[in-house]
Amino acid sequence: MLTPVLLLAALCLGSCGKGEKSESIIVTGSSTIAPLVADAAKQYEASHPGVRIEVQSGGSSRGISDATSGVAELGMVSRSLKDEEKTDLTAHTLAMDGVCVVIHRDNPVKQLDKQQLIDLYTKKITNWKDVGGNDATVVVANKAEGRSTLEVFLHYLDLDNADVKADVVVGENLHVIHSVVSNPNTIGYVSIGTASAEEKAGTPIKLVVTGKVVPTMEAVKDGSFPITRPLNVVTDAETSPAARAFLDYLMSTEINDIIEKHFFVPIR
Amino acid sequence: MTSSRNTSLSRSVDRVTGGILGLIAIVSGGLVLVILWHLISGAWPAIEAGRLGLFFTDGKWQPGSERDPQFGVVPMLAGSVLVTLLAVALALPVGLASAVFHRFYAPPALERWHRRMMELLIGVPAVVFGFWGLMVVVPAIVRFAPDSPGQSLLAGGIVLALMILPLIALTSQAALQAVPAAQLQAAAGLGLGRASTILSIALPAARGGITGGVLLGLARAIGETMAVVLVCGNIPQIPQSLLDPIRPITSTIALEMGYATASHKALLFCAALVLVLFCALMVGWLSFRKSASDSGTGGA
Repeated sequence: MLTPVLLLAALCLGSCGKGEKSESIIVTGSSTIAPLVADAAKQYEASHPGVRIEVQSGGSSRGISDATSGVAELGMVSRSLKDEEKTDLTAHTLAMDGVCVVIHRDNPVKQLDKQQLIDLYTKKITNWKDVGGNDATVVVANKAEGRSTLEVFLHYLDLDNADVKADVVVGENLHVIHSVVSNPNTIGYVSIGTASAEEKAGTPIKLVVTGKVVPTMEAVKDGSFPITRPLNVVTDAETSPAARAFLDYLMSTEINDIIEKHFFVPIR
Repeated sequence: MTSSRNTSLSRSVDRVTGGILGLIAIVSGGLVLVILWHLISGAWPAIEAGRLGLFFTDGKWQPGSERDPQFGVVPMLAGSVLVTLLAVALALPVGLASAVFHRFYAPPALERWHRRMMELLIGVPAVVFGFWGLMVVVPAIVRFAPDSPGQSLLAGGIVLALMILPLIALTSQAALQAVPAAQLQAAAGLGLGRASTILSIALPAARGGITGGVLLGLARAIGETMAVVLVCGNIPQIPQSLLDPIRPITSTIALEMGYATASHKALLFCAALVLVLFCALMVGWLSFRKSASDSGTGGA
């Protein structure tokens, strides 16, 4: 564990030594936020020569631990901070994201309420015809441990992961979508951003109406959609001036177009 | 005079070359020990806390559950072993058949083309195999068994079989090529047909090489991660049928390592350690069998 830290430190020193003004900022964490921050970083680097920003994904838990230990200046966390995390870290909300249920385009089901979702995910309902679909066995896709989409979704359904009886466990949002495409009886959940992007690109999926609200960007923004999460950047007590400046940029309206490009919802 | 100087020169060159090669060999062998040490030190917190027992007695793997955390590694070890055996069972007959075809039946032009295709297959990245499996093999399984999830032991076995097929085919080809022509001519001289020459002379003589290919295939299959994580369904359970999803140890590590915190991470290291030890046992046993059978054929 110590060796990578030392290596990283050595790399930092090396790059700092080269040019006087060269500064590098390491940002790690949520794989949901990473592409957004990476795009913003590219734009920021273009207008701030001498600043190098390195963005690595690896999940919200990594964002928390790296920001706490100082391995990263900024951590990306796609959920609200837990109480015990608030002692060391401060969260800055960049944008909002919604988690929506996805099924195959050919599945006639249009909406599912909270109780139906609970019954589907605990296998009390095992056939699509019981929720208004075809006579076919439901294939339940769940996320792997540690994913913030999993936490957000289970928090909404008020379920413990041990209650969920899944047929398929996957890691990435796109893997959920591909699972739905490869088996039309699958139900899964992903971030609305990913789902709308894929739907727009012609992937044969459908975003399910949940709690009578159509999953759209607007519904996430006005707070009417029930399954949402904040996209946060977290900092600890010691943030370098360079990282602070980049954070200010991320919190400005200047990156709204980038947020929208990634199908998240700007809040400023 | 000159000759003695030459001898001493070549001796010192020998010594230097031997030293350098020895050093390289020690470093490459030592790397395995470094990795093992890293695994053991990563797993140590769990071993120290006495959780290794739970590892084999817990029935389920749900480390993130707050109400009922369980850490059973047995279903995942079963998943790793079953998917690997299935892959070898599928790939071995096809690989052998293609090696025999290549050595004894194929016209030279086709032979070269076939060899190139096999070599190309080795170079295809695992994630491409996995994606192909998810988009082609899984829907095919769903068409055949509409009530199953599709992502399953069977899907994993098929995808892995395709990945290790070229390893088995190419090493078997090389082994068949190495069978002395004199033996085959002698068989022909005794009036044996091509089929019986292959079955009773060539294949037994090439057995050592073929076992080596199977060993490579086994090791590749049990360690494969990217492809299996996409097609196996990743449910940690002992499968009741070929259509049930499974979760090999490698998939668990890939899915959870980036997200795991302290004690969970130590358990993942333990799981990796179990896999490495299992692999070592398997390779050890097979090489023992191989050397036993080699000396057996030598004696006969």
